[in-house]
Amino acid sequence: MKTLLNTTLSAVAAMVISFNAAASGAGVHLDHANTDITDEASLQRGAQSFMNYCSGCHSIELMRYNRIAKDLNIDEADMAKNLMFNAEKTGSTIFSSMPDKGAKEWFGTTPPDLSLTARARGTDWIYTYLKGFYADDTRPYGVNNHVLENASMPDVLWQSKQDKSEQDFNQEVRDITNFLDYVSEPVKLIRYEIGVKVLGFLFILFILSYLLKKEYWKDVKYGKWRAKD
Amino acid sequence: MSEQEIDLKKRRFLTGATSVVGAVGVGFVLVPFLSSWMPSARAKAAGAPVDVDITKLEEGQLVRVLWRKKPVWIFKRDKTALANLSAQDDVLVDPDNSEDQQPVYAKNAHRSINPEVAVIIGICTHLGCSPTYRPEVGAADLGGDEWKGGFYCPCHGSKFDLSGRVFKGVPAPTNLVIPPYHFVNDSLIRIGIDPKA
Amino acid sequence: MDNNKNWIDQRFPLTKVWNEHLAEYYTPRNFNFWYFFGSLAILVLVIQILTGIFLTMHFKPDAALAFNSVEYIMRDVDWGWLIRYIHSTGASAFFVVIYLHMYRGLLYGSYKAPRELIWILGMVLYIALMAEAFMGYVLPWGQMSYWGAKVIINLFGSFPIVGELILEFILGDYAVGDPVLNRFFSLHVIAIPLILVILVFLHIVALHTVGSNNPDGVEIKQNKDKNGIPKDGIPFHPYYSVKDIVGVVVFLMIFTSIVFFAPALGGYFLEAPNFVEANPLKTPDHIAPLWYLTPFYSVLRAIPPMFGSQLPGVLAMFAALLILIALPWLDRSKVKSIRYRSWPYKVALTIFVITFIVLGWLGMQAVTPLYSLMAQVFTALYFAFFILMPWFTSVGKTKPVPERTTEH
Repeated sequence: MKTLLNTTLSAVAAMVISFNAAASGAGVHLDHANTDITDEASLQRGAQSFMNYCSGCHSIELMRYNRIAKDLNIDEADMAKNLMFNAEKTGSTIFSSMPDKGAKEWFGTTPPDLSLTARARGTDWIYTYLKGFYADDTRPYGVNNHVLENASMPDVLWQSKQDKSEQDFNQEVRDITNFLDYVSEPVKLIRYEIGVKVLGFLFILFILSYLLKKEYWKDVKYGKWRAKD
Repeated sequence: MSEQEIDLKKRRFLTGATSVVGAVGVGFVLVPFLSSWMPSARAKAAGAPVDVDITKLEEGQLVRVLWRKKPVWIFKRDKTALANLSAQDDVLVDPDNSEDQQPVYAKNAHRSINPEVAVIIGICTHLGCSPTYRPEVGAADLGGDEWKGGFYCPCHGSKFDLSGRVFKGVPAPTNLVIPPYHFVNDSLIRIGIDPKA
Repeated sequence: MDNNKNWIDQRFPLTKVWNEHLAEYYTPRNFNFWYFFGSLAILVLVIQILTGIFLTMHFKPDAALAFNSVEYIMRDVDWGWLIRYIHSTGASAFFVVIYLHMYRGLLYGSYKAPRELIWILGMVLYIALMAEAFMGYVLPWGQMSYWGAKVIINLFGSFPIVGELILEFILGDYAVGDPVLNRFFSLHVIAIPLILVILVFLHIVALHTVGSNNPDGVEIKQNKDKNGIPKDGIPFHPYYSVKDIVGVVVFLMIFTSIVFFAPALGGYFLEAPNFVEANPLKTPDHIAPLWYLTPFYSVLRAIPPMFGSQLPGVLAMFAALLILIALPWLDRSKVKSIRYRSWPYKVALTIFVITFIVLGWLGMQAVTPLYSLMAQVFTALYFAFFILMPWFTSVGKTKPVPERTTEH
């Protein structure tokens, strides 16, 4: 039990003082992703690329296929035919096709779920990471990453990088990033719109309540309510 | 004292206008709160249509599937059973399906799309028990010769025929409910969605 | 209508309460901008309780389920995202409003006699609110929730001898885990809100007993007409009710702007690492409490461990909070309002406000030698404000306080 106290004290001291030391990732330059969540075509392409390149290993457990279909204006039947590789029902969430056990054997780790990566890491991080693979023979897949040192992920986009022009490749990565940004907060697509309406309504209420206040306060201004001297 | 008389009309108008707009605002605010009680995307996904393959369903056989957490029976009736359906109208409460307990496409003598294949929600309309399947004609405990096969609710003794129509003189008030369903093809039933018109 | 009113009045003092607290509650006529924040604080409390009730219907207080249940609210529950964003934004808005409300008290000496008890109740409210906010922040069970809980709870372990026992008591375990989440949930949704509501009630009863202060710091009750109505008073209803409605609408415009356009507010209201589920094996690179707690977190970090114990820092942090309660007795000035105070007080108050903001900012930064030094200097300044208060409030020339409010 003494150890509990000791660990506690050192933990407090350590956390309070040293864990606040330099935020990591500082020093790694991140390219600006320049994504646009209102660009539906980009999101659709991103969804397609995600299902092709990423969904084999990565899940988006918090997202349902039919939600994507609805939000991105993809027909549910098309969705089921072209994008649903790992599920039967459009209402199901997006699991990866890889069993956890296999993942541990193949990559030494379970590929993380990507539902909230854009919120936790930021779009710039994803964008730069996906573009940041370089050849490194010491790594199991022959590649390493500038952004995440010793990442266990292979460079799944290598074919695109080789075949496409730099601009097209960047756009492809941008689309995937954009899609992951949408996935991290699907409601972002509508909350701006609703926000504008709410503010408009409140503005009307503001004008009315302000006039009401002004009207009543005439009493105070002209002494109607002042107690008699 | 006052340099300006109180404009009561204006005051009343502004009070009214602000109150009305404010009340509309409260109405708007209620929407998200009340909507949050409706079935969520997860509940809807769990309540999604269920497919049943009837290729191997034999005459007289009954299978149960869960749709929206309710037991749904799918069973096949033979010729005798179908003939018996129209032979005992006088002992049934609602032989003509006048109560709204089935979709329009099941409002017929056999209460189904395909005469042989019945699809019924297996919940007694009395208090929600699930009746047992008693297809054997002349079951002694259910009235002997008069019993042409059907369903018997063990909770309070309600009886239904093989199309889920309720017998007279039992606690259950109405026929069993037929869910929306359609045939995707000859051997596949999708429960939860009406046939395309 | 009148009959109904009589029926009720014979059984419950409805008309009496209405008159005493609204229609015939005489309020100084010269309230300015700073006097909006009391009613706004009540508004935010109502918002938090309402949204909280609905979030509780979908949230699962279970270490294995909590994180995903929040995202379930954000995605699967109809409009759940809005309810959640209102609640998370409301937490920060509460502190914005409360800090401005407290600053008003400092500006116009609202804590001075005869309003000491209002101030004390307010400070207890403030501390309860911090506990409420902290426990609420733990519930989503993200990385910041988890590690923030760990750091704050571990503070209690720094007490000598009983520290270990206290720690086990709070944790119900040997590390932050399911029991903590479950008991914080209970405290957050029932116990502390109940205390908050009762304290708010007492705060207002005490206020209505002595009457409101005002920007001139004059007691309007000392100047009454022959009917016993304060000459500088106006009935709260309708004058301040219509005025507060304007304040409420303006507040809501700012509030909804954040809710709809920037609910995370660049990481100040919702921190990015909290979108990663709690992981006991991996500390985030940078942990700091949310902005409203950081001034006190800075004080904690400013005091170095002594004798291998963090206790001095912990005590300093609690002292920084509790010393606020003593304010009514530390202030020796004869005048209340900043308008008539001597210049030393004005200088001291300015320095104090800057100190508080800088400490808040430092609490969010990673520690460097320079920042540590700054935190120590500003911690010293923070305490100096209170320790030197009896002196700087009694020196210098104050301006004469008028008998009546300046606008009448």
